[in-house]
Amino acid sequence: MAVNTLRKGKGHGEGRLSAESGPLFQEHPVGSPVRGAAARQSSRGPGHSFPRGRAQALGASLSVQRVPGEHQPKLPLIPLGSGSKAQPCLAFSLQIFINNEWHDAVSKKTFPTINPATGEVICQVAEGDKADVDKAVQAAKAAFQLGSPWRRMDASHRGKLLNRLADLIERDRAYLAALETLDNGKPYAISYLVDLDMVVKCLRYFAGWSDKFHGKTIPLDGDFFCYTRHEPVGVCGQIIPWNFPLLMQAWKLGPALATGNVVVMKVAEQTPLSALYVANLIKEAGFPPGVVNIIPGYGPTAGAAISSHMDIDKVAFTGSTEVGHLIQKAAAESNLKRVTLELGGKSPNIIMSDADMDWAVDQAHFALFFNQGQCCCAGSRTYVQEDVYNEFVERSVEKAKARVVGNPFDFKTEQGPQVDEEQFKKILGYISTGQREGAKLLCGGNPAADRGYFIQPTVFGDVQDSMTIAREEIFGPVMQILKFKTIEEVIERANDSKYGLAAAVFTKDLDKANFVSQSLRAGTVWINCYDVFGAQAPFGGYKASGNGRELGEYGLEAYVEVKNVTIKIPQKNS
Amino acid sequence: LLNPRAGFTSVRLCNRKGLQYNSYICVTNIVALFRPLQIFINNEWHDSISGKKFPVFNPATEEKICEVEEGDKADVDEAVKAARKAFELGSTWRTMDASERGRLLNKLADLVERDRLILATMETVDGGKLFSTAYLMDLGACIKTLRYCAGWADKIHGRTVPMDGNFFTFTRHEPIGVCGQIIPWNFPLVMLIWKIAPALCCGNTVVVKPAEQTPLSALYMGSLIKEAGFPPGVVNIVPGFGPTAGAAISHHMDIDKVAFTGSTEVGKLIKEAAGKSNLKRVTLELGGKSPNIIFADADLDAAVEFAHIGLFYHQGQCCIAGSRIFVEEPIYDEFVRRSIERAKKYTLGDPLKPGVQQGPQIDKEQFKKILELIESGKKEGAKLECGGGPWGDKGYFIQPTVFSNVTDDMRIAKEEIFGPVQQIMKFKTVDEVIKRANNTTYGLAAAVFTKDIDKALTFAAALQAGTVWVNCYSALSAQCPFGGFKMSGNGREMGEYGLHEYTEVKTVTIKIPQKNS
Repeated sequence: MAVNTLRKGKGHGEGRLSAESGPLFQEHPVGSPVRGAAARQSSRGPGHSFPRGRAQALGASLSVQRVPGEHQPKLPLIPLGSGSKAQPCLAFSLQIFINNEWHDAVSKKTFPTINPATGEVICQVAEGDKADVDKAVQAAKAAFQLGSPWRRMDASHRGKLLNRLADLIERDRAYLAALETLDNGKPYAISYLVDLDMVVKCLRYFAGWSDKFHGKTIPLDGDFFCYTRHEPVGVCGQIIPWNFPLLMQAWKLGPALATGNVVVMKVAEQTPLSALYVANLIKEAGFPPGVVNIIPGYGPTAGAAISSHMDIDKVAFTGSTEVGHLIQKAAAESNLKRVTLELGGKSPNIIMSDADMDWAVDQAHFALFFNQGQCCCAGSRTYVQEDVYNEFVERSVEKAKARVVGNPFDFKTEQGPQVDEEQFKKILGYISTGQREGAKLLCGGNPAADRGYFIQPTVFGDVQDSMTIAREEIFGPVMQILKFKTIEEVIERANDSKYGLAAAVFTKDLDKANFVSQSLRAGTVWINCYDVFGAQAPFGGYKASGNGRELGEYGLEAYVEVKNVTIKIPQKNS
Repeated sequence: LLNPRAGFTSVRLCNRKGLQYNSYICVTNIVALFRPLQIFINNEWHDSISGKKFPVFNPATEEKICEVEEGDKADVDEAVKAARKAFELGSTWRTMDASERGRLLNKLADLVERDRLILATMETVDGGKLFSTAYLMDLGACIKTLRYCAGWADKIHGRTVPMDGNFFTFTRHEPIGVCGQIIPWNFPLVMLIWKIAPALCCGNTVVVKPAEQTPLSALYMGSLIKEAGFPPGVVNIVPGFGPTAGAAISHHMDIDKVAFTGSTEVGKLIKEAAGKSNLKRVTLELGGKSPNIIFADADLDAAVEFAHIGLFYHQGQCCIAGSRIFVEEPIYDEFVRRSIERAKKYTLGDPLKPGVQQGPQIDKEQFKKILELIESGKKEGAKLECGGGPWGDKGYFIQPTVFSNVTDDMRIAKEEIFGPVQQIMKFKTVDEVIKRANNTTYGLAAAVFTKDIDKALTFAAALQAGTVWVNCYSALSAQCPFGGFKMSGNGREMGEYGLHEYTEVKTVTIKIPQKNS
């Protein structure tokens, strides 16, 4: 079996992973004595069978780190890192996943994936391109043929497979969280507690839907019997972003598989690792070959091949609005494939003067800075009512200054690096534009370390609606605070954006809460909270923030074709 | 495979696959499985307040298996108190995430799967059910039903409503509260799960009374419910008799809803008790005399087999039993001939033994009732084609029995026999058979066998029954609603419809300054 295994160093649990200061491995709160044993057990040679052997090796290294109990606050040991070489143990394939098998790129090309905390190359990954997308689509089509195991499978069994995948992700939670942090730069504590938790819950949620998304029988006029079937759309191309690699993968796979589709997924070139690991778990869970195919690669090549493919029935994309335009266009120019888009935002967060100030400051900070500011729903226009403006700004600056930036594997770290050099430079560019256009830089504004893509938590006051930083998506730890006087004014200003992804209002007044929430043109409105996500609640954008919705029952609609069946009958009766 | 929990002693059933397990079970060991045998309240085990116990019998041997604490009104009161407490605002159960309720139900499914062998054994020893059937069908259905309802927990959506005027209106689907649930003896575990899974997924608390004939698997479930992590008081299980514990539930002033599966006779009592007490919500799943209509154009092999299984499955003790088989005139004789042939193939015996195809009836009362109805059939002029009497010298076994030349006015064509007694009638026209099929107080299930699309759809609409099967019978699944027209019941169980019976819809309307679409 051709396995492109990158495995350097001799075991887990020793040494340091990144060049950032501070110890990589915190004292393990659950049971540090087992660390050595885990390392020894898991340092098997690369010759054992794959993937079962791999899974067992990982299982051995992870089993001691599993967190007992649902809401155990303690974190497990980080299962990556291997000696002084500062390289992780990547004991899984880094190739293209088609038909439950691993393939080199047809072109034989590979590309490097980079640790954003150090700027160093983690490893090389097979680079998928049009030819690989074609192969994947063929596999997917075969899996979707009438009479195939996947098409004939009980809906409840699809749910069982999704639940099994959730079980496996839960089993390997610590490893996946570490991979995510390594590749993306997000703090490990967040990867483990937030991202992985939401991934597992999302898959379980959609597992439940698989046998519950009902067609209808319809009281059609005349002597007819009429009903609808909710059939899978077919081959779904899914292009996922780098800011929440695993979670976005789950958001895409969950509804597509619950409803019986087959998938060709392109993962972001910045963060391909966790998705490839999940590919192993998909196979282990027992999904038939060809149902899920995963291609690491770049947008202009692999991504474009998906969106303009004549044999892909639907494309779902999460990423920038700019690329969203390209995808919609490609769909139109090729086969009119169905398109769902989840794109950028410039979400208003409105703080009324009657709000609980502590909570509002706290949430507004979280709304912007969470995930290094790399959230499409980031509350990046914080509108504060005049009479509390000064106090709010002062406290927000205080809070931003106290934010701990550093090695994402350090449990104390709140903010890691930006994902790559491009984003890093773009954000710094926005910061200087902000200064140039007259916004008041209150803190931060610079890189936060000598290496890696770290940026200081930055707060701008006195921001005007016309400034670039108030109109464009920065996707970094840069907070804009704007002043407003009246409720009518702020609604108008909040809606004056090409985006419409999310919005929030903080107030204790019931009337204001209802009025503002109904007036804002955004797919999600939070009242006295921010970034509250659950698999149960639909998410998506108005205007240029996207088309369609993900999650919730609504999220299933994008993945089914409704077929109406009408049968002539001799005589109708109610 | 089996761990020594819950009173296991020396059961040696390990290291064999599937159905071979049962041949290693001997009754003395089985009795050791059945612990605890008490009343389950607040995740704890209690003796009955009265100090009374009642015996549980093995219907294959008529021997006593063990004694179980006998719950009564006083015990029901205790259980209701516990359930009410678990349902208080702010309780662990009320403040729990809906998805977490789903996780608990999935956990319970895992535990049932783990202990599948033990539970299947109990169903067999206690209920006379074939071991293979219990293991494959009953336990399979239990696990799937739990997982199905687990998935619903966080998908029971209220609505926002475009009300006229300057208002914001939404609905909440709230749990009803304390639900009394009374379970029959024919599918002790499946019926238990059909009751508790939707109730729990919607967030209710329950007081369950299992049948006095078959309390063992339900009590075992008590320990699994606790192990899964349901908070104390959410599920309470009170073994006991209908006129005492059952009546206490249906008359209780602090039980918000009662769900009952059993006879139509008792169903009436339950509804009456609900009316007399606190107008608690009532769902009933009762008896049937389900028509199974075979047209001459049907696939005869399939029709004979489905008709046979549709009646003889689990010794005929199914509310859905296809107990009025209407066969179109041209194929009548052939159909009868093949049905007799099929019925004669049976091996009766100890339901634990491999190769046995029919076990005993549940108890002496049922046994006598069935024999009495067979006698009436003979007396009223039906033609006894095979069977017709008891089998063996111990246990409540009845020979597979087929009657032909049955007419609609005979008792065996009108009353629910609940035994291995098949009635085959003749019909000529579509209109005639629709009328005859619907001419009953029952309306639980019905089936039609035909290759003609018009006939199939005509019958799908015309038959007065909660479930209509076309070219199949007994096809039940957690996704499909099930329940009766007419005197076969009120309400539906399973599917999304089944959840409606376990929620109260609350409309919340808020005045707002200005409405916008």
